[in-house]
Amino acid sequence: MIPFDYRRADDVDSAVATVTGNPRAAFLGGGTNLVDHMKLGIAEPELLVDVTGLPLDRVEELPDGGLRIGTNVRNSDLAAHPLVRERYPVLAQAVLAGASGQLRNLATTGGNLLQRTRCVYFQDVTTPCNKRTPGEGCAALHGYTRYHAVLGASPHCVAVHPSDLAVALTALDAVVRVRRADGERTVRASALHRLPGAHAERDTVLEHGELITAVDLPPLRFAANSRYRKARDRASYAFALVSVAAALDVADGRVRDVRLALGGVAHKPWHATLAEHAMRGGPATVDAFQAAADAELAEAEPLPDNGFKLKLARNMIVSALRGLAGEDAP
Amino acid sequence: MTGLLRPRSIGANRQRVDGPAKVTGTAPYAYEHPVPNPAYLHPVQATIARGDITDMRTDEAVGLDGVLAVLTPFDAPRLETGQDAELEILQSPEVHFRGQLIGAVVAETPEIARQAAGLVRVSYARRDHDVSLSADRSDLYRPDEVNAGGETDTRQGDPDGAFAGAARAVDATYTTPMYHNNPMEPHTTVASWDSTGLTIYDSTQGVHTMRQVVASTFGIEESDIRVVAPYVGGGFGSKGTPHANIVLTVLAAKRMAGRPVKYALTRQQMFSFVGYRTPTIQRVRLGADEHGRLVSLSNHVVEQTSRIKEYAEQSCEPARKMYAAPNRGTSHRLAPLDVPVPSWMRAPGECPGMFAPEVAMDELAQACDLDPIELRVRNEPETDPASGLPFSSRNLVACLREGARRFGWAGRPALARSTLEGGWWVGTGVASSAYPVHQSPGSSTATVRFTADRRYEVRIGAVDIGTGAWTALTQIAADALDVPFEDVDLRIGDTGLPAAAVAGGSSGITNWGWAIVEAARAFREKFGAGPSPGDERTATQPENPHTERFAMSAYGAQFAEVRVDTDTGEVRVPRLLGVFAAGRIVNPRTARSQFVGGMTMGLSMALHEESVTDERFGFVVNHDLAEYHIAACADVRSVEAHWLDEHDPYVNPMGTKGIGEIGIVGTAAAIANAAYHATGVRVRDLPITADKFL
Repeated sequence: MIPFDYRRADDVDSAVATVTGNPRAAFLGGGTNLVDHMKLGIAEPELLVDVTGLPLDRVEELPDGGLRIGTNVRNSDLAAHPLVRERYPVLAQAVLAGASGQLRNLATTGGNLLQRTRCVYFQDVTTPCNKRTPGEGCAALHGYTRYHAVLGASPHCVAVHPSDLAVALTALDAVVRVRRADGERTVRASALHRLPGAHAERDTVLEHGELITAVDLPPLRFAANSRYRKARDRASYAFALVSVAAALDVADGRVRDVRLALGGVAHKPWHATLAEHAMRGGPATVDAFQAAADAELAEAEPLPDNGFKLKLARNMIVSALRGLAGEDAP
Repeated sequence: MTGLLRPRSIGANRQRVDGPAKVTGTAPYAYEHPVPNPAYLHPVQATIARGDITDMRTDEAVGLDGVLAVLTPFDAPRLETGQDAELEILQSPEVHFRGQLIGAVVAETPEIARQAAGLVRVSYARRDHDVSLSADRSDLYRPDEVNAGGETDTRQGDPDGAFAGAARAVDATYTTPMYHNNPMEPHTTVASWDSTGLTIYDSTQGVHTMRQVVASTFGIEESDIRVVAPYVGGGFGSKGTPHANIVLTVLAAKRMAGRPVKYALTRQQMFSFVGYRTPTIQRVRLGADEHGRLVSLSNHVVEQTSRIKEYAEQSCEPARKMYAAPNRGTSHRLAPLDVPVPSWMRAPGECPGMFAPEVAMDELAQACDLDPIELRVRNEPETDPASGLPFSSRNLVACLREGARRFGWAGRPALARSTLEGGWWVGTGVASSAYPVHQSPGSSTATVRFTADRRYEVRIGAVDIGTGAWTALTQIAADALDVPFEDVDLRIGDTGLPAAAVAGGSSGITNWGWAIVEAARAFREKFGAGPSPGDERTATQPENPHTERFAMSAYGAQFAEVRVDTDTGEVRVPRLLGVFAAGRIVNPRTARSQFVGGMTMGLSMALHEESVTDERFGFVVNHDLAEYHIAACADVRSVEAHWLDEHDPYVNPMGTKGIGEIGIVGTAAAIANAAYHATGVRVRDLPITADKFL
């Protein structure tokens, strides 16, 4: 832990300019992850720019029927919002499945997306970690891997992203609005986080100084028929072994549209495009759901401690979709 | 007979006398004692598991503004050595386990101390370490004795021959992982060493124990040390014996010559040097006749210890005592490893040692086609199987029967995996509990004094670690003096008071209460019912003449309902119910809290807790409460504790047996047995996690 300066941001532009101009500066949201990391020596910013006072704390309806969630909307408020609960139940459920009541009261939308992995080796500076110190090696690869990736990992990093919210946003194809020094850009939620490849130190595609200002949920009528299911080692305050975010549109026994994303399996929320593709236009049957799950998981490469995640993910995908199709789905 | 007290205050449902101070935040815990101008300590810990420190560069740390002192093995004050290797820190460059305390920074603020500790550069000459526990190691050894003074091995009859010829048999290996005590209040010490002596405010289970160990470690007189601990936020055994953090803080206080030093462990540090429960590997063999009567019972346990200090958990105790069997064998073997020193954790020995035999009994019930309660009843001994002595009282069968009635055991499907409700496999299980009545005659002394305002001041150096001792001892004193509860002022938690035993082994009330009763009786004998202000009498807890004549234990029966998700394998425990026979209950309110707390901790053990050692690095990698799972509120649904009205005139004048630990004994087995009944999957390795049902 090192001494640091603290500044309250007055407006978005100056906050972005300040952090962009100082490679040792960091944005501070709810602080539920960054402050821990500062104590543990994982993060050593010299300057914290607190953005929680910026007026980005509203959930607004967009003209197209979608919703815009300000980056400072606290997780508890997001999960409780009537429009979120009505139109995007998967999102409310995902948020409530994460962390604890106290943490959700403090954690922000943007901060939740940018939380870092809970890999025990990343969190202990006395063990090597490419994510913390590029080139140092990955202690997890041949270590304790119960919570680690089964999809999309690399020899450099087998960590998983811990957010539940991000999994739901990926399934909903949300759009992340980002302010940067020279303007604004948008990133699809499914493209915000990266696979580790040779650069495990980069969790997301954001550049230093870029600030998430909002997340836009596109209108998606069938998202009203959506759910989030999370399997974990205790009933509350535990990260996912596997989670599933699913939305399903069934008409006349056939899958008109489907959205599926997995958590707890990869360095990013895993958009299950192969499974979606396999199901779209096909019969809404348990057999079809199983085949779709198998298609998605065919490339999985489990580690010694986490082979169970494949069966778990398959069961959960099928169970979530069957629930959305109606329990009488054949 | 011990001259049982006539209970008036005893048995009353008293609120905690310390409750208002605690809920209003005015009860000072160790860190909160106001001391003038404190300095703050942050430790330096070894990042290798075995080797030698070749160099510690402290110039950067020393150069930081606000740093007051840096201690290393090369310049720390000297301790008396050759007594307790766990405590003799900073005396040599040797590293015996990863996370060992090898230095300290003292600074004006905790933040500066922490930053400076990170600037100390340590060089090592590494040696290969070994932290791998297994039952087939060639260097397993037989300790001379086990914790609490038990025998290492026992043998009655011919356990192998009888097992080989048994009509029904269970032969299985069970494992329990490493666990770390995590009381809500981390270990904390505030030490001030000036010309008047050494004062220590500590989060400890025993102020006099602490004083004695500090005196011998630092080579000073006990009379020059005062240890104070009026309120402690849990201990579970980890604060029962002093650990190296206390020595480090006192070393720093010595260096600071008069300026008080504060050190509170971080949660991560709780996993390094303040004790833990050893993992166990237990091979249980049960042989029975066709009616389920045991003909052979054995448990052979492999555990770990540190190479530098032996700790042998007495895990075979339950196998020695619970059931009748003419042929019996038990043994403890230790693997000496490069690990921190294991120590006490709630019900050491009894807790892990009850898990394996009680799951094995469930397996035997299945093999005999018997109800698990009936199997236990059929094997109820007439006398203590270990000593041959009669029981002072033993109501295990009554607990099983009463529990069955309350839980609704009747009509339970005999077959496993026979109840499916809404996507959950549902099952129920039972296991027995027991915990011995420990007593340490002569360990505790109390003074009763009649004060100028005509009140009774009762003084004893006991410690309330959250158990309710403040209240229960006041109740005992009131009855012993035959006065109303409100007339008694209890003083505890200070070495300035008469010496008292540690709060451990569920023996606090037995030891302290008896001392208070002796003092009260001596007081009345001398001064009668109308004492004058200033009258006082002091007395010490005597020998119990009955301990040679009777086997004394508390017993219980635990029932669990378990649900296992058919898709995910996730395990939930909607119901736990325990019935205990633990002698007279001094205070139903605090007693219920003890039982329910123990059962909850047992649930946590069954489903969640596991310290994961990375053998390459040699330390526990899931070292915080986000990754080391303790049951959350959402995991703990209905937990009911009941007790039988038990009168035992032989245990002590209060008629109490100790209730702090029995609640955790047997819980995990009941849950494992219920999980089997739900799913047909027999989990013999804790914790019982979702993946085991997929």
